[in-house]
Amino acid sequence: MKILVAVKRVIDYNVQVRVKEDNTGVVTENVKMSTNPPDDNAIEEAVKIKESGKATEVVAVSVGEEKAQETVRKALAVGADRGILIKADGILEPLAVSKLLQKIVEKEKPDLVFMGKQAIDDDCNQTGQMLSALLNWPQATFASKIEIKDKKLEVTREIDEGLETIEINIPAIVTCDLRLNEPRYASLPNIMKAKKKPIEQINASDLGVDTSPRIEQIKVEEPPKRKAGIKVKSVAELVQKLKNEAKVI
Amino acid sequence: MSVLLIAEHNNKELKPFTLNAVTAASQMDTDLHAVIIGSNCGDAAKKLSELPLVKKVIQVEAAHYENFVAENFAPVIVKLAESYSHVVCSANTFGKNLMPRIAASLDTSQVSDIIKVISADTFLRPIYAGNAFATVKSKDPKKCITIRPTSFDPCESSGGSAQIEKVEPSEEFNNTKFVKREEIKSDRPELGTARVVVSGGRGMQSGDNFKLITSVADKLNAAIGASRAAVDAGYISNDHQVGQTGKVVVPDLYIAIGISGAIQHLAGMKESKVIVAINKDGEAPIFSVADYGLEADLFEAVPQFIEELNKLNTIQK
Repeated sequence: MKILVAVKRVIDYNVQVRVKEDNTGVVTENVKMSTNPPDDNAIEEAVKIKESGKATEVVAVSVGEEKAQETVRKALAVGADRGILIKADGILEPLAVSKLLQKIVEKEKPDLVFMGKQAIDDDCNQTGQMLSALLNWPQATFASKIEIKDKKLEVTREIDEGLETIEINIPAIVTCDLRLNEPRYASLPNIMKAKKKPIEQINASDLGVDTSPRIEQIKVEEPPKRKAGIKVKSVAELVQKLKNEAKVI
Repeated sequence: MSVLLIAEHNNKELKPFTLNAVTAASQMDTDLHAVIIGSNCGDAAKKLSELPLVKKVIQVEAAHYENFVAENFAPVIVKLAESYSHVVCSANTFGKNLMPRIAASLDTSQVSDIIKVISADTFLRPIYAGNAFATVKSKDPKKCITIRPTSFDPCESSGGSAQIEKVEPSEEFNNTKFVKREEIKSDRPELGTARVVVSGGRGMQSGDNFKLITSVADKLNAAIGASRAAVDAGYISNDHQVGQTGKVVVPDLYIAIGISGAIQHLAGMKESKVIVAINKDGEAPIFSVADYGLEADLFEAVPQFIEELNKLNTIQK
């Protein structure tokens, strides 16, 4: 069994994001970039499945600028066997990314495609579901547990009401929740080994997909600031304020 | 131009956030139709027809719609979408799972999780976990939009009498089977809709200490929330998590106890009307969004707080 894992390079989740002064976007120059956190869970799960003997190959793919190679390299350092970078500049919407991934799926013929449930930059939560639609494959979104049963997967999904379990036939798409597993850190020897693993580079324009944006980003602004609050000195004062000033208790 | 709203329901009743989604959809175009897909969902369809903003209800029933599997729902909506300019749904796990499958089939670039309708094609949406707001304009002929329910008021729920049209179901998608759903039952208000939320963080130090949070929540008839750190530490189950990767809540009163205020937690609660923070670290970021901050050891302050609440006669049950 072969697993394709899609990973995205995003601003690190510990960075306080700042809006550009000209309101065209957020500041990305000289900002720490990392793998989108739930994509780390996706890689981890794929590597664990391979380690259990149920998969033979894990391929990491990313779509983006040249530097997204670092994100693919990180996936290789935690256990993916080889990488693919689809090079594309500018804003890529999930629809375009899913069409590019569709081309890779057609070429690589994986049995499973894993990725994070959502990217923490554009917060779209679309790509996995869109890829499933384009391939007409089953989708298991927001997965917090995956069990492989022959040619089927039993997946537990995090839903608003609690947990849902579904059974899907392979080939299938799974989007991973943060609670799926605990991603490992790359060891230094594995980081060195990853440097020798192959990364195939493909230009998005060579895949015959129109990636031009369909959504015009008119402006990006700071969210309205909350007005500064006050510090109270005691519990008694807090309760009085909540009762008499805010009138919420 | 007309809008197709996808109703969320449990086959008997509409989910409350469907009313918020109706409000959002009606701001895109007042010619608003709503589709309900389910199994024996006639009662819920009737409720939908009573919403005054809904001009027509489309009801699609089959056994394979009982459990809301997106692979079964999407083809129905893609077919219906021929007659509409917009398809709209709530951005909760139901809508997040379903809408992109519809959008890709319609070759539309979806606009996710909007918090404001600026015009029929222009919307405001948070990005980077609410650290920036983007104004975006959809250029696709058909628009697929998910809306953040807490950013829109619920619509009127009675007085309407829209016509209910029944439409033939699509075929079942055979590669996905529903197995089971484990709903978390509680006597408390639901986290997403509670008027008061009391949350605990890493500062609680143990799952046992969450009893303090429970006691405060009992006094205020509040839902119980938690930070990701508290969930990761195993103090409380993850369905209580408030934040970018948990639930986004907008209560009248949010009480953060022993929560430092990581970016991802703030994203889930900073729109609350009144925020209280109790934390012994005066520099904790939570104080930057708190209306009332109390710099104190929670293990002293919270028992006192419960005592003070006991003294009040305005306890809401």
